[in-house]
Parts: sequence; structure tokens; C-alpha cells
Amino acid sequence: MSRDFGVASEERSSRISDGPLVEAAGVSFSYGDTPVLEDVSVAVKRGEFVALVGPNGSGKSTLLKLLLGLLRPDSGRVAIFGQPPERFEERWRLGYVPQRPELTSEIPATVEEVVTAGRLSRRGWWRRMRPVDRETIRHAVDSVALEGLRSRPVNELSGGQQQRTFIARAFASEPDLLVLDEPIAGIDRESQARFRESLTHLMAEHGAGVLLVSHELSAVARDLDRVIVLKRRVLFDGPPSELMATGVSLGIHREDLPLWLEGLR
Amino acid sequence: MIPSIIGVERLAILPLPYPFELLFMQRALAAGVVVGAFAPLIGTFLVQKRMSLIGDGIGHLAFAGVALGAVTGIYPLWMALVVSVAGALGVERLRARRQASGDLALALFFYSGIALGIVLLSRELSPTNVLVYLFGQILTVSSGEVLVTVLLGALVAAVVLAVRRPLFAIVADEEWARVAGLPVAPLNNLLAVTTAVAVVASMRVVGILLVAGLMVLPVASARLLAGSFRGTMAWAMGIGVGSVVVGLVASRFWGLASGGTIVLVAAATFAVVTALTGGQSRRGVLRALRFRTRPSASPVSGEGSVILDHSHSD
Repeated sequence: MSRDFGVASEERSSRISDGPLVEAAGVSFSYGDTPVLEDVSVAVKRGEFVALVGPNGSGKSTLLKLLLGLLRPDSGRVAIFGQPPERFEERWRLGYVPQRPELTSEIPATVEEVVTAGRLSRRGWWRRMRPVDRETIRHAVDSVALEGLRSRPVNELSGGQQQRTFIARAFASEPDLLVLDEPIAGIDRESQARFRESLTHLMAEHGAGVLLVSHELSAVARDLDRVIVLKRRVLFDGPPSELMATGVSLGIHREDLPLWLEGLR
Repeated sequence: MIPSIIGVERLAILPLPYPFELLFMQRALAAGVVVGAFAPLIGTFLVQKRMSLIGDGIGHLAFAGVALGAVTGIYPLWMALVVSVAGALGVERLRARRQASGDLALALFFYSGIALGIVLLSRELSPTNVLVYLFGQILTVSSGEVLVTVLLGALVAAVVLAVRRPLFAIVADEEWARVAGLPVAPLNNLLAVTTAVAVVASMRVVGILLVAGLMVLPVASARLLAGSFRGTMAWAMGIGVGSVVVGLVASRFWGLASGGTIVLVAAATFAVVTALTGGQSRRGVLRALRFRTRPSASPVSGEGSVILDHSHSD
């Protein structure tokens, strides 16, 4: 039973740093008899900024749940930092910003309380917060420009400010991969600009990868490395310039992407 | 039975003023203050989890346990504890696996529990002593029973406070907590078990129906007064303890049923707080006082200028 943990973990971490942060290979999934995803392969590497787009019912949210380990594929393989989701333990490396956080809320909770929750997976949920944790939490709040609202209840903030709170919660564990589900939908322009600054800050500071699921890409269009278009299958996976060369505008793709998708069939 | 084991019946009477000059009132005060503190503490998490009625549901299970104890000759409180803990874990299991929504899961156990209690009691000749557990008799509790309540209450409060951060993260956003690798199922079960223990620990004192009220009503007021989760817990505990003290004084003064009076005080507090705050979190009196001098940080206008379709769900 004895194993050399030192060597094993070194090998593992070098393998992880080379390979994709998150990966789906030949993944299929159905709800009952309804196929939602068929033979989907996607990957996000370190330092990459990838957007996942697609019309309603295209399977975006399902793919996201599979990548996060909240669902298991019917066939194919999912790996987070090189490991199957159910065996992946360094959960702090994965920062997640859900689409519509439930914290809208019965009980008031301050920005700081919510962001502190994000530090738990890094620190160990049973441990006390140390000064270094508090400093990281403060930094996370500052990086989404909410420093003046630290002690304000989240349910008194605007939609954009709330969304930035949840982004700060993801930042608080200093993740290597940030996964955001529809973070820009319904937030004001100022918050969109702040949002973009926060993401580029995280990528520059930590070399993190970002996977963004969205209907609306105009705020981050110029920062994207890759766009993946999903409609049950992967219809496009490449740089945004290539996608725009086909006449699809990323900013208003709600209008023209469906037409473009029709054209692909 | 318990007092003779622990030998606390000879506690000295403290020199407290009216209406707490008598030993039975002092016992009632001690037990009531403890319940008034830990019930809302747990309740804060339950309300956020939208499981406000679980205290009541567990109360019904505890009733079945008491009846089972009365029929089988096993000490009713222990039977109540066993049945309540098992039922609380059952409710949580149904909810977590989405086999039933939170309130449906509660209702299933709630009605089964009370039906079982009634059926069992129909075989019992003197059901009156069971009523004591249903509605509590804070004025007739023994020192031993007070001690049990205090110890169990302290234990429950210590456990909940120790895990308050991860527990907050989970009740606030369960899916996110799961992705973040927090122990969602174990801590949800822990909350269910501590709720059951809290109900059973306080049933003899304030009754199973009233402890459920003390879990929720002070929290309902506190969420309007506080500006943070931590503040809500503190306000709720303060209002809970205050309701017990005021309720006891009123019940002694006017000869009213003490448990019911305590809960009515908590309900009246909610009515007053709602009137003062306009029913909106901190937007009433307190907030006006506290923030009058600061520039308003109201939600940014122009919201929705870029709203696209977010009615989708894949």
C-alpha cells in the first residue's frame, strides 16, 4: 500500500500544469430520451479566455454542470485539472460564479460575509480565518471595485454589484480556473466594464483560465482567445476573429447568431 | 428521574426581584432564556434555507416519539429524541435528493408523525401527561429538566456557532457550495440533527409547538433590523431572550399560559418591527438613523440597458 507521495504529487502537478484546466472529451448526455449533448469535446487551458455561446436549449448549462461535476455524462470523459470530477479534491482551484445566485435572500448578508464564504475551500472550512485570508478577501472585494460597499447587505445592491460580489467570492480562493454562467446578463454598463477589468486582472495576476457562458460578449469580445458555439454539438471552436469573419457580431448575437446557426445546417 | 440522579433540586433561590423571586420562576427564567437564545440561532439558518416550518414538523415527530414512549414505557424524552432525529434526517434526505420539495418533504413527515402520535395515544389511558410535552409547562419544570435543557442548548449553540461560516455558505447557495467542495450533505444533516435536538431539549419547557415559533418569529424581526447575517443571528437571539423574559413577566402578572405568552410577545415584536421598518430590511427607522449622513449608494440607474434574454434554461 505504501506510495511515494512526494514523487506522485510532483508528477501529478506537472501533468496538470501542462494539460487543460478543464476538459470534456466525446461527452454525450440526455435527459430521459431527449439528447442534450452529443459527442462534445471542449477544453480550457491555463491563461486562456474562452466563451461558450449558443441559443436557448443548446445544452450550455448542461455542459457547464458536467464540467463542474454536478452531473455525470452518459458517455465520454470529463476531467478537472486532469482528474475525474468526483475524485478532484483541490476544489479551491475552481472558482464558480453561478447564473442566478440564490442569495437574493431571506436573511441579509454583507458583501464581506459572502466573499468570505469563497475563502473556505482554500483555507479549510473547519479552520479559523487568518490575517492572510482576511487580506485575500479584502483584495478580492477591491478587485471588483466594491471596497466602499463591503459592509452593505448584498440584497440592497444593484444587479451588477451583486454579480460582482459573487465574482469576488470566486476570486477569494485564488482559483486557477474561473467558470462564469451568464455573468453579464442584465447588468449595467459600468458593472460590465468593472467585470472585464476584474477578469483581466485575475488572468494577469494568477495566469488563470476563464470559461464564460454568455449570450452577450460585447464587453469582453476583444479579450477572448476562443469562442465555442454549442448547439447540442460543437459547431464552432476558434478565435473570435474567425467567427466574426463569417459575419457574426459577438455583441448582438442574440439577433444574428440563430440565423447564422440555421445557415450552418 | 433526572433530578434525583443529578441532585440539583437543592439549588438555592437567587435574590431576584418580582416576578422572579420564586424558585419555579427562576427555573422558568433559566430554561426560557437558554431556549430563547439557541432556538433563533438555529432558526436563522433554517429561515435562509426556506425551511422555516421544520421546527414545527419535527415537533409533530417528537409528539409521536412521546406517545411511543408512553405506550412502551420508555422515557418519553429519549423516544422523542430518537424519532425526531430520524425524522429530521429523513426530511433532509428527501429534500436533498429532490424526491420532494422542502415543504412537501416536511408535510409528509409532519402528518405521519401527528397521526402516529394520535393512534398510539388512543391506546394510552391517561394522555394528559403527554399534553405537557405538546404545550410545555415552563412553570412546573424541575431543576434537573432545566439543567438538561441548558446543557443540550449550550451544546447545540456551540456546534452551530463552530460551523456557522460553512453552514451560511451552504444555506445561502447550495449548488455553489457543492462546486466549492464544502461538505454540503454532512452539514445539512448536522443542521437537521441539531434542530431535532433543540426541539426535544426545549419541548418540556416551552412545548414543541412553541419552540418552533421561537425558531422563526425572532428571525423574522431580526432580518428587518440587521444588515448582516451575523447581525441577524445576534438580533434574533436578543429578541428571543427578550420575548421569554417579557412573556414570563406578563404571564405571571396576568396569570396567562407562559409558553403561549412568550410566543405572542415574539409575534407582537415582529408586528412592531414591521410597522417601524415598513417591512423592508433596514430601510426603515434604523437605516434612516444610521445612514442619514452618508451619501446614498442606491442601485445604479440605467439597469437593464443591455438586458438580453435571460429567461433561458438549458
